[in-house]
Amino acid sequence: MEFKGKSLKDRDFKEKNILYTDWHVKAHYAWDCGVALSKFFEGLKEGKLYGRSCPECGRVVIPPRMFCELCFKPTDKWVLLKDEGRINTFSVSYVNTDASRREKPNVPAVIEIEGASEGMGILHLVAHPEKIEWENLEEVLSMIKIGTKVKAVWKPSNEREGAITDIKYFVPVKEE
Amino acid sequence: MNERVAIIGVGYTQLRPVSSDVSFREMIYEAAVRAYEDAGIEPRDVDTFVAISEDYHEGTAIFDEYVPDQLGAVLKPVHTITQDGLTALASCVMQIKTGLFNIAVLEGHSKASNILYPSHIDAFALDPVTVRPLGFNPVFLAGLEMQRFLVETGNTEYHCGLVVAKNRATAIKNPIAAYPAEISIEDVLSSNPVSFPLKELDIARKADGAFVIVLAKESVAKRLSPYPVYVEGVGWLQDTPNIEMRDLVSSLYLTGAANMAYREAGIRNPIREIDFAEIDDTFSYKELQHIEFLGIARPGESGEMLEEGYFDIDGEFPVNPSGGNIGCGYMYDSSSLRGVYEAVLQLRGFAAERQIPDVETALIASWRGIPTASGGVVILSNRE
Repeated sequence: MEFKGKSLKDRDFKEKNILYTDWHVKAHYAWDCGVALSKFFEGLKEGKLYGRSCPECGRVVIPPRMFCELCFKPTDKWVLLKDEGRINTFSVSYVNTDASRREKPNVPAVIEIEGASEGMGILHLVAHPEKIEWENLEEVLSMIKIGTKVKAVWKPSNEREGAITDIKYFVPVKEE
Repeated sequence: MNERVAIIGVGYTQLRPVSSDVSFREMIYEAAVRAYEDAGIEPRDVDTFVAISEDYHEGTAIFDEYVPDQLGAVLKPVHTITQDGLTALASCVMQIKTGLFNIAVLEGHSKASNILYPSHIDAFALDPVTVRPLGFNPVFLAGLEMQRFLVETGNTEYHCGLVVAKNRATAIKNPIAAYPAEISIEDVLSSNPVSFPLKELDIARKADGAFVIVLAKESVAKRLSPYPVYVEGVGWLQDTPNIEMRDLVSSLYLTGAANMAYREAGIRNPIREIDFAEIDDTFSYKELQHIEFLGIARPGESGEMLEEGYFDIDGEFPVNPSGGNIGCGYMYDSSSLRGVYEAVLQLRGFAAERQIPDVETALIASWRGIPTASGGVVILSNRE
């Protein structure tokens, strides 16, 4: 199909045949984690998951926060939680952040942490229990579903830095 | 709805150069708890929330999504304004005036200390093809404007230094101020040149902190608060983005915003009908320019009036009894909420050591900072 006008090629940008701006803004930020997330990340460094409980509604929330966003009261206790939970929901992703296709999919999931209140979960990856990478959708669906029990796989303690990536991923485990 | 709108609660945090011990959430929560306690309400009583933020100042895209939790606004009507604080206050007033909302909450905060390259963020705001490629640090805009303003009006660098000395000293009596100090005019004049004639101490330093303000329609305000402060007029507007085409002598954005607010408040003679003002002083000369183009002094007269003590906290028309941005710290678009907070304390008679006696009407005027020419004006009063 013919369109009016002149089509643009990559070299038109490179050779500056068109007006084109490219500005690398130095948008660099420190990030004050504050009391709640600092304790959460300290815990991750030690291989522990900390939640926080609300004296008003009794919910145990993770990631922890210093106030309950529903009761608007200060939370008042640290609660050490297990590093396992159940899949609230998951997806099987075939695209990277730059929109390129993945040959093998990865599996982002919301994991409801055991000991926290219902609906309280963290976002993380779920990996194949033996070979880590998933081959395809069918393989994922054959091993995990909503409600599947999963357990954290941690980085070795000398590699942990107090970051969400100190947990490498979660893997499905057998029901006891 | 013909009822007036009143401020019935104010909450603050200490303003500080850095605040690495608290997250933005924990900081805002502290201010919100104070504001709700002050207003005698719970967040469930609030009908609508308005927040101020600019993604490039926050460090995430779509920052407005981060607003609800720390205000108790989960699953409530919330919207964010990427504009100056007084424009956001006007939005609260307008929402209440529709008759659909009784109580509105306004939030503004700054985590300026987390922005590692603030000049680069300012530069990104400049026109990408006509200005940015020239490679200046954006503070040159203040130098250009200060130069033209001083030459045209006859005010001097000495007067600008006096603004700084006044505001830093006034801030000594303000317990929330980040930069109180006794400094001399000579200190200002001999500080490092930044962009002639602008010097280092002419520039307000940045601060972290948060303010939350509760507004309600008059009938609700009277029921809840023993000392409602009424919003008698609001105005806001913007000049052209083309820096080269702006009037660099006159801050026309404030003349226009003030005329809008004065008209609504029925003010004909601002200097006689208003008792004190909180006016943007992000750069020292801005306080003088804003005083003149708000109609408080005639062009060229503010410097001499300042020398005579006219704008001192115990003068005839106190300007920046809080210490202003220079004394308290610049909080980007939330700076003007500090002005509102100060005005409410003064109008309630709660300003302790820095209380101005017998005040009834206050003016708050904001400027959105480099490279903008937008601003807002709010008139507050404690008159029944």
